[in-house]
Amino acid sequence: MNFNFDRFLFSLQYMWQGMLCIFIVIGVLILSIYGLNKATNYFANKKANKDKND
Amino acid sequence: MQILYENILELFKGDGWKYVIMWIIGGLLIFLAIKKEMEPTLLLPLGFGTIMVNLPFSGAIGAEGPLTTLFNAGIANELFPLILFIGIGAMIDFGPVLSNPKLMIFGAAAQFGIFFTFCLASMFFELPDAASIGIIGAADGPTAIVVAQKLNSQFVGPIMVAAYSYMALVPIIQPPVIRLMTTKKERMIRMPYKPQSISKATRILFPIIITIIAGLVAPSSVALVGFLMFGNLIRECGVLDSLSETAQKVLANLVTIFLGITIAVKMEASQFLQPTTLLILGLGLFAFVFDTAGGVLFAKFLNLFLKEKINPMIGAAGISAFPMSGRVVHKMGLEEDPQNFLLMQSIGVNVSGQIASVIAGGLILSFAAGFGGFLG
Repeated sequence: MNFNFDRFLFSLQYMWQGMLCIFIVIGVLILSIYGLNKATNYFANKKANKDKND
Repeated sequence: MQILYENILELFKGDGWKYVIMWIIGGLLIFLAIKKEMEPTLLLPLGFGTIMVNLPFSGAIGAEGPLTTLFNAGIANELFPLILFIGIGAMIDFGPVLSNPKLMIFGAAAQFGIFFTFCLASMFFELPDAASIGIIGAADGPTAIVVAQKLNSQFVGPIMVAAYSYMALVPIIQPPVIRLMTTKKERMIRMPYKPQSISKATRILFPIIITIIAGLVAPSSVALVGFLMFGNLIRECGVLDSLSETAQKVLANLVTIFLGITIAVKMEASQFLQPTTLLILGLGLFAFVFDTAGGVLFAKFLNLFLKEKINPMIGAAGISAFPMSGRVVHKMGLEEDPQNFLLMQSIGVNVSGQIASVIAGGLILSFAAGFGGFLG
């Protein structure tokens, strides 16, 4: 253990990079889930309509 | 008789008193596990293991010692925590997140404590050790072990103790921080729950998509995220019920037994009884506090732009301590207004916190390649 303020300044880049990456990944995941929900609902409705017509 | 005499003599010479201190610490961990029911599945084996490894000339450790053999076989190569992830993945129901995906954003915000603590710890520790200490804020024991072990941190023992102790202390740590960051009016905000039906296809595709996306952004996270999501896929696929049940119960319990007692190898007096241990425990607490604060502040920030306000307390549930954190927020909501039910929202945020903390662990491992760039 040794006190080093330069190391703190160097590590700051990882804080903003880390938070940015997390928000990007989670943002993509949110969009993916919305897309998945929409797609599966669309196909489910389509199938239900087809069954109804049959 | 001669052996007994030598062992007792060892306790009274030089650093012999450190053994006794470690027995007390081991006893304290067992006490907390049994009497206070604080993470008993981990703290009890860890406490007993601590006593085992701190007996003079202990045969449990060393080149021929079974605990060292188990450590090399299951923790040095990160196998035990990763296998445990299969069990954890099989236990998690991602339904609340799939039903309301936007809640996931709070899981991301609540990882702030990890990175902030990493930066603070880097003032005192080398970067790999500082990153390992920061990950205590993930509130996720297996992730903490994998990261600390992969970064070859010499502080795995204190990091484990901090991670599991603070996870158990979530109901004590979080409420004062949440109260400090919010007004009574904010804590009383109601959030109507509008459940959506989730198709089976979505539940099956979700773990696969997460693994691909996380793997593309942070390749080092593939093992962490992949094992967690593999467990969840077993659960959701619908054709592997017996495997899912085995992963949730037998596998998870078996690995937990070995994990707790084996990690005690890092609880040797010479390694644990250092001033740095206290600093690590302090920084770990700091990470939990700033995770909570990060989630709450982000929710308050979003409220500046939203018509339908969010109860900022749910931001605090974005840590991985599942389901304690979600329950804490729900309970605090009920204390302010007996008709304010936040359980489903807070559990949704809590589940997304689990995903985000694993991704954060993977990101830290990815960053480790650049640590050599520091020339200070």
